[in-house]
Amino acid sequence: MGLMDILVILIPSTLLWASPLIFTALGGAFSERSGIVNIGLEGLMVIGAFSSIVFNITFADTFGSATPWVALLVAMVMGGLLAVLHAVASITFRADQVVSGVAINLLAIGLTLFLVKRIYGKGQTDIISEGFGKVDVPLLHKIPVIGDIFFSNTYWPPFVAILVSVIVWYVMFKTPFGLRLRSVGEHPMAADTMGINVTRMRYIGVIISGAFAGVGGGVYAQSISSDFSHATISGQGFMALAALIFGKWHPLGAMGAALFFGFAQSLSIIGSSIPLFENIPSVYLLIAPYVLTILALTGFIGRADAPKALGTPYVKGSR
Amino acid sequence: MSNRITNILIPVISVLLGIIVGTIIMLVSGYDPVAGYSALWQGIFGEIYYVGETIRQVTPYILAGLAVAFAFRTGLFNIGVEGQLIVGWMAAVWVGIAFEDLPKIIHLPMAIIAAALAGAIWGFIPGLLKAKYRVHEVIVTIMMNYIALHVTNSIIRDVLTERSDRTDYIADSASLTSPFFESITDYSRLHWGIFIALACVFIMWFLLEKTTRGYELRSVGFNQHASQYAGMNVNGNIILSMVISGAFAGLAGAMEGLGTFGYASIKGGFTGVGFDGIAVALLGGNVAIGVVFAALLFGGLKVGALNMPLEAGIPHELVDIIIALIIFFVASGYMIRYLIQRFSKKGVK
Repeated sequence: MGLMDILVILIPSTLLWASPLIFTALGGAFSERSGIVNIGLEGLMVIGAFSSIVFNITFADTFGSATPWVALLVAMVMGGLLAVLHAVASITFRADQVVSGVAINLLAIGLTLFLVKRIYGKGQTDIISEGFGKVDVPLLHKIPVIGDIFFSNTYWPPFVAILVSVIVWYVMFKTPFGLRLRSVGEHPMAADTMGINVTRMRYIGVIISGAFAGVGGGVYAQSISSDFSHATISGQGFMALAALIFGKWHPLGAMGAALFFGFAQSLSIIGSSIPLFENIPSVYLLIAPYVLTILALTGFIGRADAPKALGTPYVKGSR
Repeated sequence: MSNRITNILIPVISVLLGIIVGTIIMLVSGYDPVAGYSALWQGIFGEIYYVGETIRQVTPYILAGLAVAFAFRTGLFNIGVEGQLIVGWMAAVWVGIAFEDLPKIIHLPMAIIAAALAGAIWGFIPGLLKAKYRVHEVIVTIMMNYIALHVTNSIIRDVLTERSDRTDYIADSASLTSPFFESITDYSRLHWGIFIALACVFIMWFLLEKTTRGYELRSVGFNQHASQYAGMNVNGNIILSMVISGAFAGLAGAMEGLGTFGYASIKGGFTGVGFDGIAVALLGGNVAIGVVFAALLFGGLKVGALNMPLEAGIPHELVDIIIALIIFFVASGYMIRYLIQRFSKKGVK
């Protein structure tokens, strides 16, 4: 097996595994940049995965091949709705944000499995008929070498994810909205003094994070698992959180980290069939994202500093 | 209204609210709440077997709750109980199958201590990173959970067995199982571990409330700077707190490995006990005795829930929803406190 053959397998697989992580990590960026810790990304992905699969199964006949994309919109709305709960608890009720996130995770998995059993009478859904299938990107796949590696026999969501990361970077760093969002996460009192509504900005940040995580869950469910059960989302949300931190809370950094983690994940699954990698025990690849994130936080691989006001509720008038 | 009463009222109100919302969910989704809750009740108290199973479930819950609560009293949030539990579980089973002819009086304590040690090491790392590099323990412990999951899976598959999904049963000399308890509870899996858990409740209470070291740990939890200026070793106390917390979590793993199951197996995901421990600690107000009551409640709910699909046709996940809601309500205690104050002030007028 030559290098070319390896890349042709590995790159699309990496991109596929990375795309849910990218979406979710971008969502995490919105929440954490506004100063609200979001441990609940996992649960928000679960609700996204669940709602996209249910929608997909129910409406596959109506929407045909557009179903997965419409289902993503549904996942987005559902993720945003669940995030409202996190926002209310952690912003208005000043609950501990980590605790609220843990509750979101427990609630999401409990609620979705409850509904799956209520709707389908069994522990998991059927396999969807209209998933994100393999495609050749028009025109680009004809480019020699590069086209074969990156644009043939691949999937749409990764390209959307990368495009969205650039948009998120632009919104967060080049628009007044982004500046306001970041300012309430760094120094809410200063922002408040300048007339920015801290509570509103934080609500927006958390709800957007839910929407993005919902999309991440929807992408994962419709391209990788193809059904929904208790094990569909198992740690993807936390890995996205790791990617966000490893990417130093920067949208493009998070995207890069997510791509790298996606690479490690896909390698741990298909690595055994690839020469060169077959002798690496998969456990090293499985734990690599987490170990690297700890090292990054510790400062061994460039210091990752969180937004200053991350995790602290803003109480007007207190110093 | 006094602070003390409010502190007790908040968990009680939260549980009631959780049950009310659970009722609403059952009504909306077309189930019969009365049948649901009576099935739940029957599933806890209906037969002596269920009672035994409930106490068995309560055992790791107490220890996991203590682990979260102990760290919390020092101002640390240990989300890594799950990972510390898994490594404790594996370490206990490892010792349990590695020796065969040891007398029980040596073998069993050895296996239990191995679990506590493994958990303590897993807690030591985030503690050290927090003390030395000011890295937030929440993130590190989350990452350590996944590292624990994958590393133990790999050890079980490649070291403890030859590519098998679960280990052999542990030797009898390392087992916590109790034929006596089994016989009086209609052959439930109730084991001696409950006494270890209760002993740990006492240890935590004594350590925190009655010793100088405990005073320091709590002091660091209240105000790190004040503790520093008073001459306490803040970093040392942070590390110590995480180590003890991890040891409790490791013991919770030993309960599963040496008591309930008697083996360790490859896990596709987490046991959930560690995360439920957060709920237990939170509802128990992070004090030792509160943890016991909260563990009884959640242990009962979890075991009783298994009866709901059988008797009332309601998915047992309903209880997970209720538990999650209870966490929300307790965490939003600020709101409940505010309402109680409003309410009691009106009463005075």
